[in-house]
Formats: sequence, C-alpha cells, structure tokens
Amino acid sequence: MSWFVSYVRSSVGAKQLMAVTGLGLVLFAIVHMIGHLGMFSGRNSYNAYAHFLQGLGGLKWIARGGLLTIFVVHMLTGISLARANAAARPQKYVVQRYTRTTFYARTMALTGLVVLAFIVYHLMHFTLGWIQPDYFHHLDDKGRYDAYSMFVLGFKNTGILISYLVAVTLLCLHLAHGAGSWLQSLGLNHPKYEVITKNAGPALALILIAGYLAPPLGVAFNLIKL
Amino acid sequence: MSDMNLTLHIWRQAKGTAAGAMKTYQVKGISEHASFLEMLDVLNEQLQEKGEEPVAFDSDCREGICGMCSLVINGRPHGPDAGTTTCQLHMRRFKNGDEIYVEPFRAGAFPVVRDLCVDRKAFDDIVAAGGYVTANVGSAPDANAVPIPKEQADRAFDAAACIGCGACVAACPNSSAMLFTAAKVAHLAHLPQGQPERLRRVKAMVTAMDAAGFGNCSNHYECEAACPKGISKDYIALMNRDYAKSVFVAKDAKAGSDGAG
Repeated sequence: MSWFVSYVRSSVGAKQLMAVTGLGLVLFAIVHMIGHLGMFSGRNSYNAYAHFLQGLGGLKWIARGGLLTIFVVHMLTGISLARANAAARPQKYVVQRYTRTTFYARTMALTGLVVLAFIVYHLMHFTLGWIQPDYFHHLDDKGRYDAYSMFVLGFKNTGILISYLVAVTLLCLHLAHGAGSWLQSLGLNHPKYEVITKNAGPALALILIAGYLAPPLGVAFNLIKL
Repeated sequence: MSDMNLTLHIWRQAKGTAAGAMKTYQVKGISEHASFLEMLDVLNEQLQEKGEEPVAFDSDCREGICGMCSLVINGRPHGPDAGTTTCQLHMRRFKNGDEIYVEPFRAGAFPVVRDLCVDRKAFDDIVAAGGYVTANVGSAPDANAVPIPKEQADRAFDAAACIGCGACVAACPNSSAMLFTAAKVAHLAHLPQGQPERLRRVKAMVTAMDAAGFGNCSNHYECEAACPKGISKDYIALMNRDYAKSVFVAKDAKAGSDGAG
C-alpha cells in the first residue's frame, strides 16, 4: 500500500483525494436537500421518510460511518493542503492583484472550517438533540418519531434560523468552487462538456442554497405549520 | 507624446540571506516608447551616477521568447497586459505620475538571489526529472518524417510554447508550478516520440515538482491568466489524468522500469 500513501501525499494525488471525497459530500448534500424539501409535503410523508431512514438499521450505520470517514479525510487533507500552500510563499507580495480567481475559491479553507463548525452544531441539534431537547422526543399520531414538529419548532427560533441561513450560504460558497473544481482535478475535461465544467459549481450552489433555505423560510413565513 | 515622471517602489535585497524591503525611487523623463526594462535601465544609470547600487533584475533576449525576464508589476507577473513578458511591456501602458510597485516572483521554491532576481533552478530540476525522451534520436530528422496529425502537432506546439519564465508560479495564490510542469508533460504527451515513457515521465516530473517545495493547485487559474504564452489550464487536467493513470493503470509499480502502461 506504500504506493497509495505516496499517491495521496503527492500534490496531484492530494487534490484528487479532495475531489473524490468532495464529490461524495456534494452527493450527500443533494440527497439531504431533497429529503428536507419533503417538509412541504406535510407531516405524514416527512415523518414517514424519517422513519424509513431510522429503520435502515445496519445500513444506516454503514452510511454514517462512510460519510464520517470521507468528511474527516476531506477536512484533514484540506487543512494540510492549505498549510502547505501558505508555506510555499514565505514572503508575501506587497501588492498582489488577481484577475481570474473568485473570492469563494480563495476562501475555501475559511468557509470549510465554518461549515465544519456548523455541521458539529447541526448534529448536536437535530441528530443528538442537545440544543433543543424539549422538541426532540415528540411522537406523531402514528407513534413515529415526530421529525416534522422538531423541524418547525426549531426554526421558529430566530437565532437558529439566522445561524442556519449564514451557514448554508457559506456552504454554498464552498461548493460554488468545489462542485465544479473536482472535474479539473480528476482530469475530466473536454470541449464537449466544458459548459458543465465551467458552470457546475455556481449552478449547483444556487440550486442547493434555494433548496436548503426553502423549508426553514417556509417555517418563518408560516407556509409550513405545525 | 510626452515624457513621464514616475514613482517606483522596488524590492531591494542585497543577497538571498539578507532581509529585503521596498524602496522608493523617482525617475524623470521616461519616454512612452521605452520598454519597462529600459525604464529600469534609466533608473540604474541614475543610481550609478549617484554612486548607489543599481537594481538587479533578469533579462536576456528582450524580445519575449527567452523566459529570463520576470518581475511582478503592480501585483501582476509581467505587468498588466495579457500575453506579454515584462520586456515587451511598454511605458505607454502607464501615465505620468503613476506609482509602480515592482517585486520579484515570490515562491519558497524561487529564492531571491538579489533584488528582483530569483533562482528558478527548481524548473530545471523538474525538466531534468523527465522532460525529454531517452531514445537517442541523432540529428534533426526531415520534416514530416514522422507523420503527426495537425491537431496533435498544434496542441503539442501550444504546450511547447512555454518559455519557463515562472509567471504561473508567481501568479498562483498557492505558488504552484502545475502549469509549467503540465506544459512540459503535455508537449511530449501529444507526440508519438513521447508515448513510450509518457506515464513514467509524468510521475517523475510531478515528484520533482513536489520535492522542490511548490504549493498545490486549487484550480484558481491565475496561472493561465498570467502566462505570457497563453498556456491552457487544460494541460493541467491532462497531467492530472496521466498522473492518476501512472498510479492506477501503469504496470510499473517499481521505479526504474518502463512506464508505458
């Protein structure tokens, strides 16, 4: 396996590791968003979806383990790359003018770390139930765990709503670069689909920001009620 | 036409191990037809007349093809114009009274030798690691003795247009040398002579690039924007692809054997 270690420690290998793990996280983000758009279809179907996920048993733990692994690999590789890149220019420029890059590409490490902090908080909130424990143990009339009311009651809290809006915006800035960049890192480029490689990141970021913000804003504007 | 008076802020550093700092100079009566390097020549004459040390900077051909001139001018390698080396930048691009910041190409792998001169030996090390074919090909063959489709020849030539100046490294937020290395990899990867050693080459050159202490590419594409020869970032994608192949597909897990895959 030493060949694999030297691969992921090479500059090209490390960015391909970022690309593959990042792609896995993007796919999760898409599925997660679609799942929560179910808030618009009402208590019954949303709770049924939650019940289905909880009932997956061993599969659920395999998915959680896999997700955690790729998340940790992505985070640690990202931090080590950011440190190496900063060290590669010990003397900074007095004046440096960028012409091509974007502000969201240059703040990947920062947005990544904020998203990391948010995800820890998010898990404490909705998975572990530490933030609003009073809302965490409701059952619906079919005796299922009432994720729907936890969602609505959670986002009735303005502080939680605002922190969520900020975190999702930063996540989408992170993805605006990352969700297109992985194609270049893996060497998947061709004039035939250049339109995708160029626009996938910002386009996906816009879709995700709309999809992620719609349910909490629906709660805030009383479109989604208890 | 009028002559210009300019304020220059220039990085001065007596030698590699000394501390450096920006120093301010006034130059007067610069012709708009002068090149940027000629303007610095005028400054150096003024400095010498006053008995001060002239500013050290690199230049050779002064016609945009040798890759020797460098300089980060007002925050951009080779100055404000696209597809232009510093020696081909002319003072008509500036206005009377302008303030101009002149700094060396900055990267840990490009140590400052003196003032604006940096040591770009790391690029030589990357090429020495594999930027050639090992077959002894004798003297120059007849044109078209080896048939190569025009599109392939054009792509090889576009990559081979790299003059190895290092503007890509200087422009990169991460001081990555990916565009240079990719150009050297891609130039031979598009030609039949480069095929037998293609994967061994990419692996060796990426390894040499990493060993030299350059940063890692994060797809900002500042390199492509700064490149005086317009080398495309698509060559970086090709290098990424070939590197993955050299790891996952090529059958030469052991170093030293052929990497044809």
